[in-house]
Amino acid sequence: MKLSLTKVVNGCRLGKIKNLGKSRDCTMDIPGCLLYTKTGSAPHLTHHTLHNIHRVPAMAQLTLSSLAEHHEVLAEYKEGVGKFIGMSESLLYCSLHDPVNPCPAGYVTNKSVSVWGLGGRVEMTASKFMAIQQALQPDWFQCLSDGEASCAEVTSIKRARKSVDRSLLFLDNCLRLQEKSEVLQKSVIIGVIEGGDVMEERLRSARETAKRPVGGFLLDGFQGNLMTLETGLHLLSSVTAELPEDKPRLICGVSRPDEVLECIERGVDLFESFFPYQVTERGCALTFRFDYELNPEETLLQQNDTQEEVKYQDQTEKIKTTDCTQEMTSFEINLKEKKYQEDFDPLVRGCSCYCCKNHTRAYIHHLLVTNELLASVLLMMHNFEHYFGFFHSIREALKSDKLAQLKELILRQAS
Amino acid sequence: MAPPTLFFAHVFPAAKMAAAASPASLESAPRILRLVAECSRSRARAGELRLPHGTVATPVFMPVGTQATMKGITAEQLDALGCRICLGNTYHLGLRPGPELIQKAHGLHGFMNWSHNLLTDSGGFQMVSLVSLSEVTEEGVRFRSPYDGAETLLSPEKSVEIQNALGSDIIMQLDDVVSSTVTGPRVEEAMYRSIRWLDRCIAAHQRPDKQNLFAIIQGGLDADLRATCLEEMTKRDVPGFAIGGLSGGESKGQFWRMVALSTSRLPKDKPRYLMGVGYATDLVVCVALGCDMFDCVFPTRTARFGSALVPTGSLQLKKKQYEKDFGPIDPQCTCPTCQKHSRAFLHALLHSDNTAALHHLTVHNIAYQLQLMSAVRTSIVEKRFPDFVQDFMDTMYGDPTLYPPWATEALASVGITLG
Repeated sequence: MKLSLTKVVNGCRLGKIKNLGKSRDCTMDIPGCLLYTKTGSAPHLTHHTLHNIHRVPAMAQLTLSSLAEHHEVLAEYKEGVGKFIGMSESLLYCSLHDPVNPCPAGYVTNKSVSVWGLGGRVEMTASKFMAIQQALQPDWFQCLSDGEASCAEVTSIKRARKSVDRSLLFLDNCLRLQEKSEVLQKSVIIGVIEGGDVMEERLRSARETAKRPVGGFLLDGFQGNLMTLETGLHLLSSVTAELPEDKPRLICGVSRPDEVLECIERGVDLFESFFPYQVTERGCALTFRFDYELNPEETLLQQNDTQEEVKYQDQTEKIKTTDCTQEMTSFEINLKEKKYQEDFDPLVRGCSCYCCKNHTRAYIHHLLVTNELLASVLLMMHNFEHYFGFFHSIREALKSDKLAQLKELILRQAS
Repeated sequence: MAPPTLFFAHVFPAAKMAAAASPASLESAPRILRLVAECSRSRARAGELRLPHGTVATPVFMPVGTQATMKGITAEQLDALGCRICLGNTYHLGLRPGPELIQKAHGLHGFMNWSHNLLTDSGGFQMVSLVSLSEVTEEGVRFRSPYDGAETLLSPEKSVEIQNALGSDIIMQLDDVVSSTVTGPRVEEAMYRSIRWLDRCIAAHQRPDKQNLFAIIQGGLDADLRATCLEEMTKRDVPGFAIGGLSGGESKGQFWRMVALSTSRLPKDKPRYLMGVGYATDLVVCVALGCDMFDCVFPTRTARFGSALVPTGSLQLKKKQYEKDFGPIDPQCTCPTCQKHSRAFLHALLHSDNTAALHHLTVHNIAYQLQLMSAVRTSIVEKRFPDFVQDFMDTMYGDPTLYPPWATEALASVGITLG
């Protein structure tokens, strides 16, 4: 696989990753995002409804937390998780955890890491972990790592150091095991940068991990409420500065549009797309604008919709948990509100998604009020399409040197 | 009796208890059914329903989408499965979102964006299913809303008014429905009242040119009452007839006899809609008995419990035996679920909290029902329906000793002897 940068503007990297996949013929754009899945399927969506969506990312994210418990089945199946889940055409990245459901802390040891599936805890040593990856056969996978320095209320330097040491040890063990297996050599290991909020440890983690033959880097521990956004962003810049330019940088737990832009400006290439899923779960639809090309006056006029909503919204502090009861953001509207009962407009005027082309806000409102399953299906289709459209606009903005306009537009809509 | 003051109550003066109402004066109702083939032995027919939103091949199974949605599948998915008519429910939609809103949304078709046909039930069945929340009088059915406790009166006029607003292609009369396990004078009362309510529905119907009002034959499990109902209702020139009051807790022996009685007395040139029937064996037998249209929540409901319908019965995919079963639900099935996914994957997905699992099964189960009806129809057209029935029973039950006796009897009564 080969990462080619088209340009770098203000720390933002625009480019392509080529020669991906088993046949080495797939390409991914960066900056970009990965399709979020639960137990190997986009949430609420079947093949048909998933393929109604435009610009679905070439790579999907699978979570070990949802798949580890099916390890035996996959081993017997032999043909890899891609085929098993009916996504043979997709590139696959296997992360350890599900960004939406954080794992309980306190289960990492020097020898093992645990993930939590619906059936309970699955404890993995490096051997077991690699055996599972051998059964899954993903294109990329996050290496076994200790991400718990970021879980505690207050991190200690000791804990941060341990997270780096352990992760490097796991990495070296996994690389060794990979060397012994033809099957595993077809997958790319993504090294994990740990270190909590301790600069020294973060730098050490970056430098040491970069010495190993990994295919890319996952920046772990920047989600959650361990550090303020400012501290996190500063650490992020320092970390990416230590990483080779020709390998992709992924970040986990960051998916909000404003945070995405901040991270892109600090050298991050790939993001998870769980934010549109969270929006769906609270019965909301993404409506934030990313059409920075419109002249400012027009944008302002069309902004009135969103601005009014920002006005009436509570300025309550957002709970920075990563579960589904997270507060609504100003990037979305809540279709359960009575005012949408007779609103026959689409969710977003001009949106080309299946939901907006075929249905109205009033219909979605009705489906939500009556607790019908279709509500989530339609909202998921819209929210994913809107979000993938946003990433497309980031790339377009970078191409035409207009990222500042896009950023300004997005920040104006962030509450 | 003081009329209830309710948000959308429309009180019609109580009709007199007439022995026989005069048939409503109507232009001759359109003949919407064109027969294409008939089985020379049984009463099975293949035909085409010509409805405002397109042609529907019969016999037909109509999936139920109670609240303006086919559960978790999109209109496009339903269309892709070949569905050309499905159901909505007046009682539910009348409460939420209400007829006024739906009218503003260009009818139920516009509201749910369904371009093919819709049939709406009148709300009558809810009398039985929500019996603790309802009270029947000559006026209509009074319901207490489970959502906010508010009372609503569903009269024949109100039901038709709501259905006129919904704009469905086939609308059902409001009938006085009693559970098939009820005996005694209530059954007779309900039967006669249904006739009176039919006449009130016909009189109230504002759009006979756009919407086809079907009568519903009642009479419970009493042959005489049912015969009386048939005689009276067939005097009314409606475009089609439904056979109601069955598919409840009655024995299958009583069930098939009432169906057979009904089809023997219903006009041949109008569609016969057997309400609430959807189990595969029931469908096949009742086609043999002369029914054209069916609806049932079973296939879609059972999907949401992880049950996949197959020619040999059903697979409870959540069970451990499917954990490593890497074949599709049904290798003969052409639905998207079977084309792309294995039982093992569906098993894993059903044990997750991703609702996609339910949608995969809903797609498959609807496909199963539609494919079954299509195969039935083809066999009638190709003059081999009795052989089809034999094959069907063999596949479903294996051994002739395992054939349900009621099915054997029912088929024998129309000239199909199972080997």
